[in-house]
Amino acid sequence: MSETTGALRVPTRHFDVEAVRREFPILGRSVHGRPLVYLDNGASSQSPAAVIAAVEDYMSTHHANIHRGVHTLSQEATALYEEARERIRRFVNAASRSEIVLLRGTTEAINLIAQSYARPMLRPGDEVLITHLEHHANIVPWQMVCAQTGATLVVAPIDERGEVHAEAVEALMGPRTRILACAHVSNALGTVLPVERLVASARSRGIVTVVDGAQAVAHCGVDVRALGCDFYAFSGHKMYGPTGIGALYGREELLERMPPWQGGGDMILRVSFSGTTYAALPGKFEAGTPNISGAVGLGAAIAFLDSMDLDAARSHEEALRLHAEDTLGAIAGLRVIGTARRKAGLVSFVVDGVHPHDIGTILDQEGVAIRTGHHCAMPVMDHFKVPATARASFAFYNTFAEIDRLAAAVEHARRMFL
Amino acid sequence: MELKDLYRDVILDHNRNPRNFGPLADASADVEGYNPLCGDRLKLHLRMADDRVADIRFEGEGCAISTASASLMTEAVKGRTRAEALDLFQRIHALLTDDAATDVETLGKLAALSGVREFPARVKCASLCWHTLASALESTSPEPLPAVSTE
Repeated sequence: MSETTGALRVPTRHFDVEAVRREFPILGRSVHGRPLVYLDNGASSQSPAAVIAAVEDYMSTHHANIHRGVHTLSQEATALYEEARERIRRFVNAASRSEIVLLRGTTEAINLIAQSYARPMLRPGDEVLITHLEHHANIVPWQMVCAQTGATLVVAPIDERGEVHAEAVEALMGPRTRILACAHVSNALGTVLPVERLVASARSRGIVTVVDGAQAVAHCGVDVRALGCDFYAFSGHKMYGPTGIGALYGREELLERMPPWQGGGDMILRVSFSGTTYAALPGKFEAGTPNISGAVGLGAAIAFLDSMDLDAARSHEEALRLHAEDTLGAIAGLRVIGTARRKAGLVSFVVDGVHPHDIGTILDQEGVAIRTGHHCAMPVMDHFKVPATARASFAFYNTFAEIDRLAAAVEHARRMFL
Repeated sequence: MELKDLYRDVILDHNRNPRNFGPLADASADVEGYNPLCGDRLKLHLRMADDRVADIRFEGEGCAISTASASLMTEAVKGRTRAEALDLFQRIHALLTDDAATDVETLGKLAALSGVREFPARVKCASLCWHTLASALESTSPEPLPAVSTE
């Protein structure tokens, strides 16, 4: 397949994928003697040279602890850390830097909301509403806080395509529903949820909204004020930044009311043995020395994204996904799991007679990296009655030729097991 | 490492046509093995008589490595004493994890599992059924067994 065959499916502005690829050093390596085809971007995306350089520059020129030293390095480190926060704020269009809490990632952000916002507020009989397609990180923290408070976890259904219907979720919004927590994009299926409508419906009923944006933030374009959600959580390493850094957007009014989650340095104004005054936002939620180099790297990743034509990049990702569904769909015995009408750039699939783990190993031997397993979404696997799936997830640096290598390797796996 | 070392003909055959697959009436133990990494579940049914494995069957859905390993295991331990079966467990564990394991020749068809060692991500697939067997043998033992070393 040529580059243009797939691209014709979706009218796109010119997108120079080869130029983009040159920015990502790791894409030049080989695995088992074959050029790497990296299709596990939903788990962790790769970083451009600009991110690697920013982290190296920080570590070799500016590193010191932030917010406490009067010396030059500490001031430089603080400035870089806060500059990263400002870039994140602009990227998701939050109103103020006070609304951007820097954390380890989406998982930590959701746990913070569950323990700091939900736990003091929930009463026995209250309800937390989630959907059937959530990642475990948007299930387990809610189960934990429900067990702590006597609240009930309510799960909205998905259909046979893996779609979430707004009506079905709205039908479950009752007088005791306090929180709606849902993914923006499903990591296991690629489904794009109708978050705009869900958030609006919840708000009109006084329900606080939490959006797990881990799979969406790099691929969908996120404007938290236009969306109107109360919380939006995401991870740096799924948006071309480092691991161990992510952010929670929270509406200032709610963050102000919430008690700190962890105590320690950096989150206080004044400490004495008779009592402690907490720092102002967002420091109140950032106890201890944070991941400064990670934040700098994430800031650089966002600067990189800001420099790109993201509309063209997203059209390219969409074209890749459609091409993958075409080429994989032509393989005998292959079934795509998750056929929502609105999907982000990933394809989950199973092949008759070949377990996903065997597909994963065989593809790896051909240099093709995909994810196999339950994708931390076991209820989704149960829904589709499969133990696991193989998942190829795309980034704007992937090519149509790489999708063709994926399909050829899957066909090879299938033939091995005939 | 080569794919054909992992997916040897014996493995592919036992994956396609697993032996001793299905439920077992009058089992002395029904033990579930679970691999949290991949979510695979395996049910092992064991009937002991006179301290021997009188019958053994398994159920579940797993990858080729885990299915073939379980199938080969049921063939290998049927008729063996509890002590012999546990000894085999230890030898297979060494085969899967220890580069210095040497007694491949004495293992018969089970030697087909030796290729798994070169694929560290897949060792747990092959060892799941054996750990499940060890716990089934323990649960049916009239007296406590010496601790089984696994990792």
